Amino acid sequence: MENDCSLPAESAACIDERQLSIMTTGKNKSRIHCADDSLAGAVSQRACVFCGARVVLNPVTDAVHLVHGPIGCASYTWDIRGSLSSGSEMFRQSFSTDLKEKDVVFGGEPKLAACIDEIVEKYHPPAIFVYSTCVVGMIGDDIVAVCKEAQHRHGIDVIPVESSGFISGNKIVGYRAAGEALLKLVRPKDGETVEKTRKLNFLGEYNLGGEKWLVERYLREMGIEINVAFTGDSTVAALKKAPGAFLNLVQCTGSMHWVAMNLEKEYGTPYMDVNFFGAGNTADSLRKIARFYGDEEITRRTEALIEREMSRVRPVIEKYREKLTGKRAAIYVGGAFKAVAIIRQLKELGMEIVLTGTQTGKQEDYEQISGMVSEGTVVIDDANPAEIERFLLEKDVDMMAGGVKERFLAHKLGIGFVDHNHDRKDGLAGFDGAIRFAREVYATTCSPVWERLKTNPFEEL
Amino acid sequence: MAEFTGTPRVRQVNENQCHMCMPLGGVVALRGVEHSIALVHGSQGCSTYMRLANVEHFNEPMDIASSSLNEKQTIFGGEENLRKALDNVIRVYRPKVIGIMTSCLAETMGDDVERFVETYKKDREMGEVDIIPVSTPSYNGTHTEGFWATTRAVLAYYTQPSERHEGINVIVPNISPADIREIKRILDLTGLEYTLLPDYSLTLDRPYGGRYQKIAPGGTSTDAIARMGGARATIQFGLTCPEQFSPGRFLEQRFGVPLINLPLPIGLESTDLFIRTLKEISGHPVAESLMLERGWLCDAMADAHKINAGARPVIYGEPELAYAFAKICMENGATPAVIASGTQNSGLAGLLEPLMNEAVEEMVLLEEADFVTIEEAAVRGRANIAVGHSGGKYLTERQGIPGVRMGYPIHDRIGGQRILSVGYTGSLAFLDHFANTLLEAKYGSYRRLRKEELLNEEGVSDAKA
Repeated sequence: MENDCSLPAESAACIDERQLSIMTTGKNKSRIHCADDSLAGAVSQRACVFCGARVVLNPVTDAVHLVHGPIGCASYTWDIRGSLSSGSEMFRQSFSTDLKEKDVVFGGEPKLAACIDEIVEKYHPPAIFVYSTCVVGMIGDDIVAVCKEAQHRHGIDVIPVESSGFISGNKIVGYRAAGEALLKLVRPKDGETVEKTRKLNFLGEYNLGGEKWLVERYLREMGIEINVAFTGDSTVAALKKAPGAFLNLVQCTGSMHWVAMNLEKEYGTPYMDVNFFGAGNTADSLRKIARFYGDEEITRRTEALIEREMSRVRPVIEKYREKLTGKRAAIYVGGAFKAVAIIRQLKELGMEIVLTGTQTGKQEDYEQISGMVSEGTVVIDDANPAEIERFLLEKDVDMMAGGVKERFLAHKLGIGFVDHNHDRKDGLAGFDGAIRFAREVYATTCSPVWERLKTNPFEEL
Repeated sequence: MAEFTGTPRVRQVNENQCHMCMPLGGVVALRGVEHSIALVHGSQGCSTYMRLANVEHFNEPMDIASSSLNEKQTIFGGEENLRKALDNVIRVYRPKVIGIMTSCLAETMGDDVERFVETYKKDREMGEVDIIPVSTPSYNGTHTEGFWATTRAVLAYYTQPSERHEGINVIVPNISPADIREIKRILDLTGLEYTLLPDYSLTLDRPYGGRYQKIAPGGTSTDAIARMGGARATIQFGLTCPEQFSPGRFLEQRFGVPLINLPLPIGLESTDLFIRTLKEISGHPVAESLMLERGWLCDAMADAHKINAGARPVIYGEPELAYAFAKICMENGATPAVIASGTQNSGLAGLLEPLMNEAVEEMVLLEEADFVTIEEAAVRGRANIAVGHSGGKYLTERQGIPGVRMGYPIHDRIGGQRILSVGYTGSLAFLDHFANTLLEAKYGSYRRLRKEELLNEEGVSDAKA
């Protein structure tokens, strides 16, 4: 017997407990069930706390990232992001304590300490992040104590990251663990002070494909300097200057809102949400930043920049819009911030959003998303492949934006696909990114391949 | 005089991993059983990572269920979650076979999965779904051991004392779907009846069909597996397979099926050995078409022998493949600078000893290696071509050593599922790829290199002699 979810009988086989996490805009008024643990056996697309912590911290370029656990956790996340560095490439080394059975039985603390010593001796890094994993949490290794001793022994920051995977399947919890580690790192030691500047911090920016550098170029043209990004192309020394910033921009809200709130509490730095995905979002964000500085010269330069760039972007978007108008899109990504940005961009390209969802969205995120899409759009929290497939077919989708796990499902159904995940190699932010995104959406939605695949001349009908 | 160095790992820290975790291999092997799905008993992240690694390698959707353990279960045990996971998986996927791979977490918690399954089956009065638990804690082995352990567990679950029959068993290690198809094609040419396990040649390389089948058709049928105990012989491509996980050894010990352990048929000598074995078992002459293919391979070996003689490969990956590629390289005059595996006690030392006696250059063997160690040894040994999976990317990116992607996992090239390197045809495909990679590097650099070597800054032949 073959299982085929496109058969009506099969859609009935979807799981009851998941129905509350699926809603159709305009139809049911009830709130979507979200931000809960994943259902066992539902084949969630989510990862774990460790993954969340790792993706947030990993772009700190000159730090050593040491995964304390059996080998898998490290090997799966080696060089996991397409983050670029202007200097050190240390962050692209994958360090693991490679725990074996005897360590699990007798405790992994001695091995962790030995690994830290080896790393310091070989590389003298300014900081080491030590990530705990499931097994370490289970056997009760006191990584806080081991890190503290090592910090004392070597005179560098050795920061524990409490990221045992079983704590949650929701990466948001891992973002928090990473946030705590970052706050610990940037907090001035006794007697130290950080000088206040007019520069800003750029939180939730990971320099994928050089995106931080591109935004930095815009800001510099406006007359504003970036102090440090959390964490794209950052160094330990630059991060330690974070308390001196004038303003904190928050892009990836899922990972960094909490950090921004705490930076405000501890250092009095205000923060604002920005979004550099899409030309419209980029222009809005630049204006918002300029307004905050309240400087006429900055405002003038900002407007000049936006006008110049928009006149370059507009005809390109228009060209692709002609081809894409009326095409039906699905979006399933990790965080709500990204979903919101993609919805706006696809709408600018004339596309209709018929299916969307996230792995980690919160109630207020889903309210925002519902307000942006037209009636009848299916919204799913923590979707699984069966649900994605069902709605891709039901909604007759032409193009899907998502991560690697969804890519081949779309391809199998003859549907275009745009990768919007953290291991992508090309920047999608800013005005240049908007052009690249539009081109990619067109290339996949309108690929000649799909037509060719539709029929097989040798198949008896 | 050749020198053969086996270097034990002295460092505690593993820097840039050359191996993956144990359940990952289990998940791949299980895809070779008809109507099956894998369920990883552990945190949600484990199954998601395994899906990612496989999706990128096979370029196929890959559904792996998880019992999604969280904090509460670490205290009270994971039985409830596992039961719920089984319920949901059966409901949505309707599998006939569920393989449960344990994660490090579940093993550390001490969950008695076998007992959980027994109780579950009794409570649910399940007749039609087979549930096979496999113990795969990563602190005890790599994805290689996970692959073998799962294949063996599947055999142990299904095989029964059955009547002797004329068929043979063929057991393959973690090779590509294209390799499995090639081995089957060769077997078909002999006229022998056979059961190949695990056969994921169709399940992990689906022809386009405009739809997604949740459980892809294909795989070894459980009926066929049940009869493997009555076969004439087992051919297992598993010279490096640990005894305790060896599927072929299991069949021999339990049912008296003679085990013929062969190297993977990569290269002339190893393919000849496979073909000769089939000829002896079947009593039939070798198919003419195969002899043509053999002739083409020999012709290519003659034509490329001097190009290949300039190679100093660094070969890394799962032991079975590392050995096979070392062998084909050496029979073509390319002496490996480094042969490495992330696996502990890979068995490579004993296997490689006779090869080393032929070598005129130093060969370094690294077991339980990480890529920092491999990279250092490759540079020291002046390696000029890398053969292995994507983990070796820094050999190219940082050391400028061009790479030939082979093995598993491959995530920085497309088509990992289609890489063909077994049989005469596959060996020829590999050799051409290998030689052309050397040629591309040579043509791209020889003018500049000779200039730098022989002329001074003014472009005049340097007088220093």
